[in-house]
Amino acid sequence: MSAFNAIGENREVEREEFTPGIEPQATWCPGCGDFAVLKSLKGAMSDLGKSPDEILLATGIGCSGKLSSYFESYGFHTIHGRSLPIARAAKLANPDLEVIAAGGDGDGYGIGGNHFMHTARENHDMTYIVFNNEIFGLTKGQTSPTSPKGHKSKTQPHGSAKDPIRPLSLALTSGASYVARTAAVNPNQAQEILTEAIEHDGFAHVDFLTQCPTWNKDAKQYVPYVDVQQNDDYDFDITDRKEAAEMMYETESALYEGKVLTGRFYHDENRHSYGSEKRSVGEMPDEPLAERYHDDYEWERSYDLLDAHK
Amino acid sequence: MTQELVWRIAGGSGDGIDSTSQNFAKALMRSGLDVFTHRHYPSRIRGGHTYVEIRAGPDSVRSRGDGYNFLLALGDSFARNPQEDAYYGNEEVKPLAENLDELREGGVIVYDEGLVDIDDVPDFEQRVEENGWHVYPMDLRAIAREHGREVMRNTAGVGATAALLEYDMEHIQGLMEDRMSGEVLQANLDILQMVYDEVEEMEFSHDLRMPEGSHDEEQVLLSGSNAIAYGAIDEGCRFIAGYPMTPWTEVFTLMTQHLPEIGGISEQVEDEIAAAALALGASHAGVKAMSGSSGGGFALMSEPLGLAEMTETPVVLVEAMRAGPSTGMPTKPEQADLEHVLYTSQGDSSRVVFAPGNVAEAYDQTRAAFRIAYDYQLPAIVLYDQKLSGELRNVDESFFDREPNPDLGSTLSEEEIAEAAHHASGKFQRFQHDPDNDKGVSPRSIPGQKDGRFLATGNEHTPEGHISEDPENRVAQLSRRRRKLESIREELDAEESSHQTYHGPDDADYGIITFGSQQGTVLEAVDRLNDAGHDVRALGVSDMMPFPDAEMIEFLESVEEAMVVEMNGSAQFRGLIQKELGRFGPKLNSLLKYNGDPFEPHEVVEGSEAIIEGDEPAPTTEFVPAAGD
Repeated sequence: MSAFNAIGENREVEREEFTPGIEPQATWCPGCGDFAVLKSLKGAMSDLGKSPDEILLATGIGCSGKLSSYFESYGFHTIHGRSLPIARAAKLANPDLEVIAAGGDGDGYGIGGNHFMHTARENHDMTYIVFNNEIFGLTKGQTSPTSPKGHKSKTQPHGSAKDPIRPLSLALTSGASYVARTAAVNPNQAQEILTEAIEHDGFAHVDFLTQCPTWNKDAKQYVPYVDVQQNDDYDFDITDRKEAAEMMYETESALYEGKVLTGRFYHDENRHSYGSEKRSVGEMPDEPLAERYHDDYEWERSYDLLDAHK
Repeated sequence: MTQELVWRIAGGSGDGIDSTSQNFAKALMRSGLDVFTHRHYPSRIRGGHTYVEIRAGPDSVRSRGDGYNFLLALGDSFARNPQEDAYYGNEEVKPLAENLDELREGGVIVYDEGLVDIDDVPDFEQRVEENGWHVYPMDLRAIAREHGREVMRNTAGVGATAALLEYDMEHIQGLMEDRMSGEVLQANLDILQMVYDEVEEMEFSHDLRMPEGSHDEEQVLLSGSNAIAYGAIDEGCRFIAGYPMTPWTEVFTLMTQHLPEIGGISEQVEDEIAAAALALGASHAGVKAMSGSSGGGFALMSEPLGLAEMTETPVVLVEAMRAGPSTGMPTKPEQADLEHVLYTSQGDSSRVVFAPGNVAEAYDQTRAAFRIAYDYQLPAIVLYDQKLSGELRNVDESFFDREPNPDLGSTLSEEEIAEAAHHASGKFQRFQHDPDNDKGVSPRSIPGQKDGRFLATGNEHTPEGHISEDPENRVAQLSRRRRKLESIREELDAEESSHQTYHGPDDADYGIITFGSQQGTVLEAVDRLNDAGHDVRALGVSDMMPFPDAEMIEFLESVEEAMVVEMNGSAQFRGLIQKELGRFGPKLNSLLKYNGDPFEPHEVVEGSEAIIEGDEPAPTTEFVPAAGD
């Protein structure tokens, strides 16, 4: 019998179950795009019939990191940039958990960039939501890795001399097997994409455009948005790495020219997730490791390993 | 009658010095001797001056000796820059030339004349004469080439050693048969026999012979790193994450070898921040987990370490010290990361730090670290160094005949969560201000358990885990987290056996205090001092945090004066004693060594005599008198 009975209940779950009983007042500003992430995540989890106790939501630091405070589930509000290594270890320890990591563009593409690259490379079966508002919000409006070139702030007073990072291309190159971009202004698409990302068996990266009305843009500036799957101008195969790469490049460049392209950009269903690769080389047990501490397991002893020392 | 052999095998990195010495040490152990090894190697893959010393004797051998009495100089087959004016000197003769200073009078030298040209060793003939050394040149390379491959000159050298010491070859043959087979085995056995026969016909001028001894029970030969890995396995640790760094890599590699065989998981990751974070993530999800590194890598773990303290996530980290600062001397031991490990990470720390003093303590205290980390939900650190990491020592096999302890510590089952009184509000209170348990520990739930959900956050938080900056809540939570350390101290003090080691008469006038890996050397020095008519007692300390105040006060009050022995330049351990106790400054002298080489017993003896008789301390050490002296 499992020690974790919340896992795999497969029951009807109301989206309100993901709202904390004593709801902390969100610290996000009015009009903030972060509300849309919270709402679409609740909707996606409800659509998937996941119960709050089988989800681990690991977040970074910043306005985006507060997501775990307003979403009812097991949560781990970590340190700046480190949600991914904590989340992926939890997934290895108990692969039956539904593991989500979330953070901002500074968190994921700046300070945590190394973890982003390597977690994508390893293709852990988890979803990574990056609240991309092109700015450091909570620390009051500094230039971030996705701020446009020439962006002026107190830390870049003469305008940033740096080209912004290309998050979708970076995810693809690193090895993510599902890559999408959605926007707070399009909650229906966001919920659909999050649902697909969570269902995907592998590392799913969702770059979520969240307007920051206080420090850079309000929602209006992300409208009109284009869903590349629903627009005849864009015809590419999301399972073709080369076509996906070209479309991502165009999408990333277009954002800074005022054109908001969203949708699914890459989906590889054939790549094995890290857990399955690791199991196939004999480096990971078949049963969730976390269960063993509650079973009648006969634990190995070092005393039985001493032959090599005699 | 010979009491001890201190055998040094010298060559270049990559010449198989390590494995040859391990096998020889094991043969000596099997034949009834106590053994202890000391490694010295450079930070490079091929070449450079490297040696391993094996000290062997009939009675408990617990440290390296003073110098050594038998040199097997194999020659460095990867030597480069043989010009005398080259920056690294003439590497070809280093295995001989670099080892002469510590060779005792009357010692024995076997060198490979196939690789070492004696004319290039400065003043060799003169030094041999002055020191009464017995020199046996042999073309080990030629013998190895003739019967097998050149690398087998190690075997030839071991055969020569055995013959010169009149040591029964059976022990060495038996070991080779265990480890090799087929043609390789036969070639090695042939070489061994041939050299043995050749040497037997030579005329000996030396008196040194292999000591004899016997053991009452089966022995096993382990390093400090083996012991740490086995301690972790016996505590049910089945997850490790790491990034390579000398000398921590040894524990990481050993765990990685064992874990897949016993259904565990090892992860080599992108950096040490990730390594520590992964250990936290696995522990949070209900698996006993560890990580570790050496100085520079451990520095990267500062933030995850603080997160573990704030979120009360159990984790065990090991820190294998090497000489710093920065990259320092990667393969040389030092004890200068003590303060780093005690205080790194922002805010008030609440962690446990143990510094084991030998191989057996490394096992015991790793187990204690896991037990305390999981019972009290905080990080526990095992602090050791390059010396303890690689030193091999024989231990009774029965020492390891113990029960495993996979217990997850302070956790709740789903039934207990449902019944928890505070759960009546409908929200599990993971971080209660005043848990039923007066140790300050609030039991945790594990993700996936029904109705146990909570938020773990590095922000200050309420009992439910909500972020809060309320002053009353802040004080209640911080005080509770700090209270855990007091509870741990009380628990450790109540245990039957202390982690601290005492040696020498209870009513001694002088005390010598040390921590971690220098314990064995200090114990031997204390025996010698007492044999010489002094009145000295040793205290080897392992509990760095929470500090054993009561034991330390009792010890310091019992002596007139004390000397703190540590391998660093800033007297960090003496500073810790004074910080914790706030007094005894006028009683505490320091003996420091930070040249990359661990203390030898005579250096501790001479340091003590500096206090007792006003003598000069050994030039390799630095003596710092007590305040006011």
